[in-house]
Amino acid sequence: MEGDIVQMGAYIGAGLACTGMGGAAVGVGHVVGNFLSGALRNPSAAGGQIATMFIGIAFSEALGIFSFLVALLLMFAV
Amino acid sequence: MATETHAAATDAAHGAADAAHGATTSVCLNEYGGAIGMPQLCGEWMGNQVFWLVVTLVVIFFVLSKIALPRIAGILAERQGSITSDLAAAEDLKHKAVEAEEAYNKALADARAEAGRIVAEAKAEIQSELDAEIAKADAEIAAKSAESEKAIAEIRAGALEAVKEVAKDTAKEIVAAMGGKADAKTITSAIGTRMKG
Amino acid sequence: MATETHSTEAAANGAEHAEEGSSLVFHPMDQFIVKPLFGDGPVGTFTITNVTLWMALAVLSIILLLVVGTSRRAVVPGRTQSIAELAYGFVYKMVEDVAGKDGLRYFPYIMTLFMFIVMANMLGLLPMAFTTTSHIAVTAVMAMVVFLSVTIIGFWKNGFGFLSLFWISSAPLVLRPILAIIEVISYFVRPVSHSIRLAGNMMAGHAVIKVFAAFAALLAISPFAVLAITAIYALELLVSFIQAYVFAILTCVYLKDALHPHH
Repeated sequence: MEGDIVQMGAYIGAGLACTGMGGAAVGVGHVVGNFLSGALRNPSAAGGQIATMFIGIAFSEALGIFSFLVALLLMFAV
Repeated sequence: MATETHAAATDAAHGAADAAHGATTSVCLNEYGGAIGMPQLCGEWMGNQVFWLVVTLVVIFFVLSKIALPRIAGILAERQGSITSDLAAAEDLKHKAVEAEEAYNKALADARAEAGRIVAEAKAEIQSELDAEIAKADAEIAAKSAESEKAIAEIRAGALEAVKEVAKDTAKEIVAAMGGKADAKTITSAIGTRMKG
Repeated sequence: MATETHSTEAAANGAEHAEEGSSLVFHPMDQFIVKPLFGDGPVGTFTITNVTLWMALAVLSIILLLVVGTSRRAVVPGRTQSIAELAYGFVYKMVEDVAGKDGLRYFPYIMTLFMFIVMANMLGLLPMAFTTTSHIAVTAVMAMVVFLSVTIIGFWKNGFGFLSLFWISSAPLVLRPILAIIEVISYFVRPVSHSIRLAGNMMAGHAVIKVFAAFAALLAISPFAVLAITAIYALELLVSFIQAYVFAILTCVYLKDALHPHH
């Protein structure tokens, strides 16, 4: 019984942790959207900033991956 | 999680399957060969992965730095070189083409000038010939007209003589017919006076 | 992969699952199990496992692409040589743009990391394949190597001037100690995020594909599941390249910080 409650809590926690990925999605969308609006204003400067955009995407996506990892840990490792 | 509970629930029931499978060889595997928890967190396997990763990276590094990268850099440099020399050759050929065009234009201009000169010469020659011919023809015409004038004058003089003769004879006849005696000298002078007048 | 074990296991477990009333079998993590290639013995440090196999295949594909593919040294390249030159030019330009001219000394190291990650990721997408880069042990070693070498290069090139990386002279004096603490923390979190980003991306994609593959067993939604697998596969193809790119470019960024620590 006690184990079941722990398991239930772990599953609920995993589901809650997955909401963090939505934040990462918003963040990545924000980065790319702002890059695009800037790039359309000044297309000549856009080419040099693609690497910077990918770095930004990587940083904001990493946090989503962290929340996914927490979910996985709760599902499989706790 | 799920597999763990499976394992607990069916531990006894699957003794046979277990035996068929061989004994569980890892603390991270259940008796069916499924993973317990996350395989990524199984400490037992990490040493193996790290060892083979290091071997792999070292092999890749030596292959890349000894063979692949110098070779690709060489190919790229060679291509850059050949592109540069091709561009230079193209520039050279372009210069040559421009020179050839200039030479052609010059030759064309020369030929035009030559042709103009020849035409002018021919024109001058023809003109001089024409002038000579015209002069000759004029001279001939002048000679001929002088001749004809002379002939006309002669004819006119001849006619005048004839008229004088006829008039003299006629006058002598008329004088004789009127019974006079005409002396030739008088008649001639009279006719001469009349004819002049 | 774990599929052979899977099928026998599924056969063995069939009755049990029917009893439980659950028709779906989810084993999304079984594909990451490390198994010995020969025999059933325990996995020791030097055992030849599926890790060895797929890393060897990655090495083989790198050799095929970059060594065999360029062996003709053609001035007008063929297809394979074009790809090899493209990969070379891509990484070279990335190192030059991000880390600067003096970062080009470290180009072979970054090229090694990039080629290994991109090949391991792509090979991991083959059906039945084992993705070596989905293991945190693998990516953590690479990230730690990058972290340690970058730190050593930083101190070696700049001496204690390297510490000015944490002392942001453009900020107001009051804020500088606080910013310094934040900078130090973020500096030490670098290898963590660097490694977990790659492993997490690979693991997530493969696990999701596996979950949808389990859904394909339900007749009613199997067409949808197969479509979803196709779509996610395409996304994973993109992700496996982008993650290699991101790993390499972050390495370049860290290298730039080590070479030019002054903000």
